[in-house]
Amino acid sequence: MSETLPKNNIFKVIGASSLGTLIEWYDFYIFGSLAVIIGHQLFPEDAGASALINTLAIFAAGFIVRPFGALVFGRLGDLIGRKYTFLLTLVLMGGSTFFIGLIPSYRSIGYAAPILVLILRLIQGLALGGEYGGAATYVAEHAPKNRRGFFTSWIQTTATLGLFLSLGVIVITKNLLGAETFGNWGWRIPFLLSIVLVVVSIYIRMKMHESPMFSKLKAEGNISKNPLKESFNNKGNFKMVLLALFGATMGQGVIWYTGQFYAQSFLENTCKLDFNDSRYILLWGIAFATPFFVIFGAWSDKVGRKWIMLSGMLLGIIFYRPIYQIFLDDTDFTKIEKNDILSSSPTTKSILIEGTQDSLKTVTTKVLLKNGASFNIIQADTVSVTKGLLPVKEIMKDKVLPTAVFWKFVGLIFFQILLVTMVYGPIAAFLVELFPTKIRYTSMSLPYHIGNGVFGGLVPFIATLIASFAGATPLSGLWYPIGIAALSLVIGTVYLSNKRDENIND
Amino acid sequence: MNALKKFLGIIWMVTGPLAMAFLIVQAIQKVGLTHTDIERTNTILQWAIILFIFFPISIGLVIFGFYAVKGEYDKLPSSSEEI
Repeated sequence: MSETLPKNNIFKVIGASSLGTLIEWYDFYIFGSLAVIIGHQLFPEDAGASALINTLAIFAAGFIVRPFGALVFGRLGDLIGRKYTFLLTLVLMGGSTFFIGLIPSYRSIGYAAPILVLILRLIQGLALGGEYGGAATYVAEHAPKNRRGFFTSWIQTTATLGLFLSLGVIVITKNLLGAETFGNWGWRIPFLLSIVLVVVSIYIRMKMHESPMFSKLKAEGNISKNPLKESFNNKGNFKMVLLALFGATMGQGVIWYTGQFYAQSFLENTCKLDFNDSRYILLWGIAFATPFFVIFGAWSDKVGRKWIMLSGMLLGIIFYRPIYQIFLDDTDFTKIEKNDILSSSPTTKSILIEGTQDSLKTVTTKVLLKNGASFNIIQADTVSVTKGLLPVKEIMKDKVLPTAVFWKFVGLIFFQILLVTMVYGPIAAFLVELFPTKIRYTSMSLPYHIGNGVFGGLVPFIATLIASFAGATPLSGLWYPIGIAALSLVIGTVYLSNKRDENIND
Repeated sequence: MNALKKFLGIIWMVTGPLAMAFLIVQAIQKVGLTHTDIERTNTILQWAIILFIFFPISIGLVIFGFYAVKGEYDKLPSSSEEI
């Protein structure tokens, strides 16, 4: 490193990089955390399950364009520098999140609502595609060679902490406003709040210096003229991009999104857990597991990155089905005996169906059990003037777990996030060491965002879709992450090296 | 180990097109099962997204397998200078 180049304090570098990345993840995840409510706002009221699947498809669209963002902004990062590129991504991300909070509902503007949200979601995906590679590269290029895993692992905590922040803001906003107000317009607040967080982060990032390795390349006139061509037209480099994707990031992506996203979706939509309970379980799991990103990152500096990441995949393959079977069994309240019930109080509501003389009669029965659990049984019948009572199936929802089961679920989520820390903690250092400085931003961003964004980001969408097939069980959706993780495990075991590249200054 | 890498390379080259064929068959089957207009439109949209994404990835898997068969992964570069 040249003596004349500015030297940042490594912890300032990590703090400034991490804060911006955390905010980008926050922006990206609030959409997924509010999928059910947004689905009601963006699509016709009678859309039913397809509203959720279409909302998850819009959510997934943000992931799909991440690799394109990686190419566009990765190229910029290798051409004009790391600092200015990820300032730009931050502005794009914050702006589009803010505007999602302002989009009118389907009732006001029809299908223009989901189309506008889709466009903003695509911008979010492009911005995030450019952000992560820059932040990881920036930190790694400041870190000492024998502690690269440790220092980059702080960047790795940001995705999970972004999810934690999004869940926390949503739960607090909902509890302050009440469920009805939150469903009507309160869900917009977490989106609008993003603009404040982004302004703070831009202020901090403006004060950062350029990466010393990039500055050195620039001073020597060795900046890549066409990083895309050098990354993907050079066979030696392209084969490493493919190896990184199929042997590491693909498996890492599905483990990440199963443990932290599909788990919550499964608890809320399949097990019919209460809105707050499903989020509190995840919040506790994240809080307990997050330090392990740093522990596994630091450990990978000593024992290598490969086996830690692959062990996380193997444990996921083995334990996902048993874990989700426990979720199903422990939330099955259909077999409760009469003497388990402490109280049962029904309330009836009737509303006239617009344009007819028929009415919709909803009976909500709040059931409290002696072990502390509770749930609602909802029976919605149409009372037709001509055909009489047309009953529909009862729905059991808003389940609140007894304390012991609640903490058991926290333990199971903790275990899944522990696997996430194993696959994700060391991966930034692993990717940084795989590629040379002048095309690093471009080369590492692409496999990361295809693996994490496309394979991982599609877990909720594809797993929900598979579970909706005729003859499928609620656990059928898990075959997608298990299959992808198994493929990645085999490729990683056979083809990856455990050796670390100590010199990344090339 | 190098022989195993090459043998598995053939598997990856076959897996790419097979996976795509499986997805196309699934897409046709699932779209055919739908009845109403909106349901059909939704199903086509969902499967179009899946096919659009996984088609280039399956090509990537074939190229990966081809490189493996050619012995490109027999010795990985020990530093990024060798790339």
